[in-house]
Amino acid sequence: MANVTLRNVRKTYTGGFEAIKGVNVDVGDGQFCVLVGPSGCGKSTLLRMVAGLETVTGGEIDIGGKVVNQVEPADRDIAMVFQNYALYPHMSVFNNMAYGLRNRRMPEAEIKTRVEEAARVLELTSMLERKPRQLSGGQRQRVAMGRAIVRQPKVFLFDEPLSNLDAKLRISMRVEIRKLQRRLNVTSIYVTHDQLEAMTLADILVVMNGGQVEQVGNPLAIYEKPATTFVASFIGAPPMNLMSTHPDEIKSQLGGAASQAGILGIRPEDFVMTDQTPSGGVALSLTVEAVERVGAETFVYGSRAQDAQRIAATPGELPPGEVIVRIPGTEAPAIGAKIRVAAVRNKLHLFSSDGRTRLEA
Amino acid sequence: MVEQEGFRRYVAHIILWIGIAIVAFPVYIAIVASTQDNALIANGQMSLLPGGHFFEVYYQTIFVGTSGSTREPVGNMMLNSLIMALLIAVGKIAISIISAYAIVYFRFPFRMPIFWIIFITLMLPVEVRIYPTYKIVADLHMLDSYAGLALPLIASATATLLFRQFFMTVPDELLEASRIDGAGPLRFFWDTLLPLSRTNMAALFVILFILGWNQYLWPLLITTRDDMQTIQVGIRKMITTTDALTEWPVVMATAVLAMLPPVFVVVAMQKLFVRGLVETEK
Repeated sequence: MANVTLRNVRKTYTGGFEAIKGVNVDVGDGQFCVLVGPSGCGKSTLLRMVAGLETVTGGEIDIGGKVVNQVEPADRDIAMVFQNYALYPHMSVFNNMAYGLRNRRMPEAEIKTRVEEAARVLELTSMLERKPRQLSGGQRQRVAMGRAIVRQPKVFLFDEPLSNLDAKLRISMRVEIRKLQRRLNVTSIYVTHDQLEAMTLADILVVMNGGQVEQVGNPLAIYEKPATTFVASFIGAPPMNLMSTHPDEIKSQLGGAASQAGILGIRPEDFVMTDQTPSGGVALSLTVEAVERVGAETFVYGSRAQDAQRIAATPGELPPGEVIVRIPGTEAPAIGAKIRVAAVRNKLHLFSSDGRTRLEA
Repeated sequence: MVEQEGFRRYVAHIILWIGIAIVAFPVYIAIVASTQDNALIANGQMSLLPGGHFFEVYYQTIFVGTSGSTREPVGNMMLNSLIMALLIAVGKIAISIISAYAIVYFRFPFRMPIFWIIFITLMLPVEVRIYPTYKIVADLHMLDSYAGLALPLIASATATLLFRQFFMTVPDELLEASRIDGAGPLRFFWDTLLPLSRTNMAALFVILFILGWNQYLWPLLITTRDDMQTIQVGIRKMITTTDALTEWPVVMATAVLAMLPPVFVVVAMQKLFVRGLVETEK
């Protein structure tokens, strides 16, 4: 059991490319930390640095009170689950799980006990003699988990472990991973680009962009109070609507707040279709462009009046003037209809015009 | 395959049979000739049906040799060839898999220049560098020895390149998983890379064994003692005789015997060989 602390961690490649630009994260004992961000944001690199597969060019990585910058992966007491599972194709499931233990010269009897216990937990008992290629994707995934579990490491590292599975399996494996981690109570760091996975798994969510941490915290807190427009549009699906506060339609409703803030954000789910304007809130007139009915809810893609489209908020608003609204699945406005949607005051998010700072309304 | 009807199918089969006949006929002749009486062949009256001297000709070939030109039992020649071919095949695979491992998985100074030097040796087969090679082997007192027969032929750019290509298709995650599992470079090589290369090694072994078995020029140069002769050199020596009839049945029996080990290797390793050429197990 261990804390993992990253202190001003940096990674610069020999070509001069700065992949990680000073990251500070503190993962408490037994916590589940999820690194999330778009591809190329450095989240995998950061994980591989914790694993010891990439060298650290600046800062310190601390596992269980010991700085491990110069420690070999095998001696860091970590276990990693790879995206493509990286099972040894020529070894049986049993040997795949036992390999790391054998290299540590563990007595064969104990190896057997541990592997059989892991196989029982992961429902792999009947497959111990099979080769990885005779297994389905989900089963391979479980073998990779098993290989991590039998080591009984201080830290689990997951590098997008579910992205090769189909949607249904992904959801059930996600639940499995979370249950398993809770039961074993092992500190875990998990990399994903799927914000839904990130929200559901994390105790601590780390949103990364361009080699930097945008925001760290409890997933719901991040959802409710995103620190930057990047986080606002990355966490939540469909993404938060970001718009400039300058068009008259918004300026007049926002009042004083509009002058300081450059960007207004409203989540699609915070809109209601109404003709009234809630006091302090914002109401928008939209022309319905497209409607997506997915059963429980309906997504309405509306465009605002012409003048609003010309003043786009950067970063964030793409395409300019388009607003996504989420309404109950029972309703569906006709395409081309004029609708009016509104959000109450405490559901508004205000950001500085560069999108880097959140302003409290 | 699309099944064809009637006439066209017969035509296809006839063409195939003609092809087979063209390839197989000389082999058949060799087998038939090896069972005939020498005088009959010398008179030009060789029958196209097997004669009755099978056992005595093969006995003489394997245990005695020709009475004139070589004076060496072909059994011994085959043993020499076999040792040479095995040394070359196994040696080439061992050397090239290790050098490919170094080139693919390690970062060391002059890695790429070294790779290119290996690559360039592709253009320098034994025939081109035969004089310096002979000189070195002679200076090392390795003439008339198995080491002298095999060593200069062991370095192989082709096999190194082949293993390099294969190693580059092995996912990096396997290496990383091994590192996390506590396997050092040697363990990773031994426990993961070698088993994965099994089919490639088998395919290479077949090719390299035949290549080694069929060596002619090099053994001809560096072996002078009769008991170090290889079978390919032996056949040639049997044919050129002075003052005597060529003992064709013995020559043909030797040729037939020379075919057997490569055929055996191909048949025995066919499954692995084909797998090695067409698929990689990942």
